[in-house]
Amino acid sequence: MRFTWFNLMPWPDMPDDFREKHRSVWVDIDSRLFDPVRGHEVYNTYLDQLEYAASLGFDGIGCNEHHQNGYGLMPSPNLIAASLARRTEKVALVVLGNSIALYNPPVRVAEEFAMLDVISGGRLVAGFPVGTSMDTNYCYGQIPALTREKYAEAHELILRAWTAEAPFAFNGRYTKLRYVNIWPRPLQKPYPPIHIPGGGSLETYDFCLDNTYSYSYLSFSGYIRARALMAGYWDRVAARDTPDDSPYRAGFAQTICVAETDAEAERLYAEHVLYFYNRCLHIFPGFADAPGYRTVKTIQSGALAQYGARFRYQPVTWGELIEGGHVIAGSPETVRQRLEDLIRGLRVGNLYCLIHVGNMPTEKTMYSTRLFAERVMPALRHIWRDYDWDERFWCHPISHPVRPADLRGALPAPAPEAGMVA
Amino acid sequence: MIRSTHLSLRGHKVDVLIGGDGPDLVFFHGAAGVTAEDPLLTTLAAQYRVHAPLLPGYGESAEAAHLRDMLDITLHSQDVVEELGLTRPILVGHSLGGMIAAEMAAIAPREVEKLALIAPFGLWLGEHPIPDIFATLPHELPALLFHDVALGERLMTGGLHLEDPQFLIGFLVKNARQLGMAGKLLFPIPDRGLGDRLYRVRARTLILWGENDRLIPPIYASAFAAAITGARVVILPEAGHLVTVENPDAILAALAAADFA
Repeated sequence: MRFTWFNLMPWPDMPDDFREKHRSVWVDIDSRLFDPVRGHEVYNTYLDQLEYAASLGFDGIGCNEHHQNGYGLMPSPNLIAASLARRTEKVALVVLGNSIALYNPPVRVAEEFAMLDVISGGRLVAGFPVGTSMDTNYCYGQIPALTREKYAEAHELILRAWTAEAPFAFNGRYTKLRYVNIWPRPLQKPYPPIHIPGGGSLETYDFCLDNTYSYSYLSFSGYIRARALMAGYWDRVAARDTPDDSPYRAGFAQTICVAETDAEAERLYAEHVLYFYNRCLHIFPGFADAPGYRTVKTIQSGALAQYGARFRYQPVTWGELIEGGHVIAGSPETVRQRLEDLIRGLRVGNLYCLIHVGNMPTEKTMYSTRLFAERVMPALRHIWRDYDWDERFWCHPISHPVRPADLRGALPAPAPEAGMVA
Repeated sequence: MIRSTHLSLRGHKVDVLIGGDGPDLVFFHGAAGVTAEDPLLTTLAAQYRVHAPLLPGYGESAEAAHLRDMLDITLHSQDVVEELGLTRPILVGHSLGGMIAAEMAAIAPREVEKLALIAPFGLWLGEHPIPDIFATLPHELPALLFHDVALGERLMTGGLHLEDPQFLIGFLVKNARQLGMAGKLLFPIPDRGLGDRLYRVRARTLILWGENDRLIPPIYASAFAAAITGARVVILPEAGHLVTVENPDAILAALAAADFA
């Protein structure tokens, strides 16, 4: 089992009456709610937390891409991953991911991911989301009905850019380049492992299986509601005679809060969890799904009804969130049991742990994280012992990475000899 | 009496509504599509032989993934006119259809002699941004599209059972097919460079606009008129963007007054 500590990086100061006074946390969120000086503190605190999680033995630390979004302050996840690369050593940098249809030209993604992979010594786990409709269509203006075609072309270009041994010409419909020849190249060969965040599109199941990518369901609605969707994925795995059904072919994001007891979990975390579910997920439904963004086939499958629920949260209570499985919270034993249900029920080898939630302060985040790392994670670590052979969906760092040298304040040696590289 | 027929273009089915007698007229519908019961079609059919091709994804017309941009759709529309065997018919387009008809007249100026644009998309005035129909909820549409909002609410939200999962799936499929197609020309900003090409239009051009159009405000009528040599503007009272529903008789009268025969 692989555990990634994920931070969505929510803005922590949305007012109590946010739902009443504002129509959406996303796309047209009120810019006056953002205070850059407070933002300076928020970003640095969140980076501290990610580094803390790395120090406790999580397999990965994760970030993702959102735009004009009050619960996701990472329009550029690569900047976050780059910051983390220098201050961590062994942990995987899980970037889920870059919305590849949004980069012009998409070789930018091939370049930046290659940089991250090289700087980190091969610790990159890369993601290629199509991107939500809010991000891709409403914020970044992609034409909904053409988004998937553009994505597919960008994917082809990035893979070729990573693997081609000589410069090549790329004559795409959306990108035309005479000389594709990126520098640097990724450290991991042929390229870093790739996780695809999906939300129920049938095409995405096949895309993952065709390319040996891990399918990741990044939902906030919890593992109980996710069963139908993940069952659909595993049915597809079986129907296609896929050579194996390794659980590492799938991942899931889950909100998790750990305390000494169930009661303490509610006392410590309820306000922060409710901040997230009642303010951060307040999204204007008109931005949820631009017509044409989903294929007719996917809509007809009914998966959308489930997906749509994600964007139409009514105010909820702690009890409802726990009962519905949106949030797994409680004592280490409670959390372990429910996560075991999740892991076996959804058959996932990658768990993206959403432990910082909403406006949770750092002390509580560290407390929950530490309890998880020390008293939950070890008990779940070997659930998929039979699949220990499966290294396809995780990074392969080099064995002797360079440590950042601390040159600050050092006295330089005499001038280097002629011919030496400075 | 308007009836439905279909053509095959490059192996793709194209649904066409045809009816009436008189000079040949081709009507290009707006983003909401058109049916045989459409008030404007039945009104026009009293004086014209009306042909209303449905865009890919609308009605029975097949989706056409190979048609992606303005030029593709414009040439497709010319192909449809050709396939219908019509020679220089009167072109009438509403909203999205007006944008397409205007492009046809700009791309092939000698093929279009009479052109009527009813509240067309296609231009963008920074001072007068057009609301985003792709982020508008169904219950918000009547106020945007109708002068008589109560009429709009009766027409547009009656029969919407969005709580019924099966209805919802059908509704979303239709939206995906239709507005997915419309988005190729209108998303995120309904400007595909038409303004740079309108100088080429040679057709006698009539620009019709509901005075209470809250989607594309009538100031756009002036912008079109300024760009098309000799264009005449007629503002239709007590009508919104769906003037085709609210006052089709006024449209017919305006065509007659302009001697579109």
